[in-house]
Amino acid sequence: MFETAIIAGAKIVLTLITLLTLVVLTVYTERRVSAFVQDRVGPNRVGPKGLLQAVADVVKLLMKEDIVPKNANKPIHDLAPMISIGVAMSTFAVIPIGSTMTLFGRQIDMMIADVNIGILYILALTSMGVYGITLAGWSSNNKYSLLGGLRSSAQLISYELSMGVSIIGVLLISGSLELDEIVGKQAATLWGGIPAWNVFLQPVAFVTFVVAAFAETNRLPFDLPEAEPELVGGYHTEYSGLKFGLFMLSEYVNMIVASAIIVTLFLGGYAFPWGEQFGLSGNSLAVAEVLTFCVKTGLVMFFIIMIRWTLPRFRYDQLMRLGWKVMLPIALANLVVTASILALMNWA
Amino acid sequence: MIEQYLPIFLTLTAAVLFGFVMVKLNEWLGPKRPDPEKLSTYESGMEPVRTARERFSVKFYMVAVLFIIFDIEVVFMYPWAVSFHDLGPIGFFSMMTFILILLVGYFYVWRKGALQWD
Repeated sequence: MFETAIIAGAKIVLTLITLLTLVVLTVYTERRVSAFVQDRVGPNRVGPKGLLQAVADVVKLLMKEDIVPKNANKPIHDLAPMISIGVAMSTFAVIPIGSTMTLFGRQIDMMIADVNIGILYILALTSMGVYGITLAGWSSNNKYSLLGGLRSSAQLISYELSMGVSIIGVLLISGSLELDEIVGKQAATLWGGIPAWNVFLQPVAFVTFVVAAFAETNRLPFDLPEAEPELVGGYHTEYSGLKFGLFMLSEYVNMIVASAIIVTLFLGGYAFPWGEQFGLSGNSLAVAEVLTFCVKTGLVMFFIIMIRWTLPRFRYDQLMRLGWKVMLPIALANLVVTASILALMNWA
Repeated sequence: MIEQYLPIFLTLTAAVLFGFVMVKLNEWLGPKRPDPEKLSTYESGMEPVRTARERFSVKFYMVAVLFIIFDIEVVFMYPWAVSFHDLGPIGFFSMMTFILILLVGYFYVWRKGALQWD
């Protein structure tokens, strides 16, 4: 028990630090890419090539006045960003970034918590994330915030449905809720050497899941909750200082986590297929796996950033129509077709 | 069993604690120069009228209610999907019937216009 706690503690500290560093890099990448797309220079003053710009931003926000409006509900106003960041950061606990590593004579799993209900945990925390945004919107006692919070919660729960249904397609194939096993199933190869990634076995589920992930992370084209032209700042209009910063932070952490989940569920996860050809085993194989995972996640994140500068924002009625009348039927149809094909293969 | 979930508990604690420390640190480090204008809620430069916590569109309630119904039905599918191969044809056909019933409800809601947002 005690030993588990110590190992877990070390992993948690390492994960949180890595996540924060990654957020700094992601913010920098996003700003540089957006500058490139819009033919500007972008941040290039703080640190080499502007790399430390996000760090400077956080320090600046830390020194700013924390304004809580007079008729706002102070405890809940404080609580909302804590929920947001807490939920965003703890989702990473069940994502495997490699198989096992041997350190100090111990087998160490490359994930914080090896539970057999990984996917349910992720879904549960995604639902919890709604609370942060809704409470932020409600507690501010500002009309724009309230509308932003309401819109956001409606959007999040609508897309959570199609997200949940599209995951079931993956579950049918892998037969497990454990992310480690889902990755293990994808390490095999199909006819002719194509890796057995779920993106090839479940292409429709992949598309619906990615679209839902965009909506769940409030990324363009689904960033209605903070549609600047109509809602000022959305649910965080009345937030200043680092409380506002925490919402930004959790948004980027969510983006990293969503990319990691997409990679794990659909793109083969950490599996490094050529371990034997390169003569890798033990710790060197683990390092190769972590690198594979990082490269894949990075590519997905770059895709998400590029989408932001490619597509315009939806209108709210279009968003709800897409969620309820297009995504949900497609995801359900995919589920029925997958189950039927599996049934035919097994019992016919 | 408990040992498996201990890391999750620790992660949740650490993550929320991180948020708590950051919020409190900001409260402590930042200047405090309140004035009535600054402490009023933002309303595009106008004096805030009444409170924000009033009635809002009923459609948000509709979405919430529909979500709860459909989400419970989706949750039933998780254990089914995991043990799909053990359940055999009976499991397959019972779930197809279940989805059929779900679809009846779905199209009823659609025809009633509950999914219409304008």
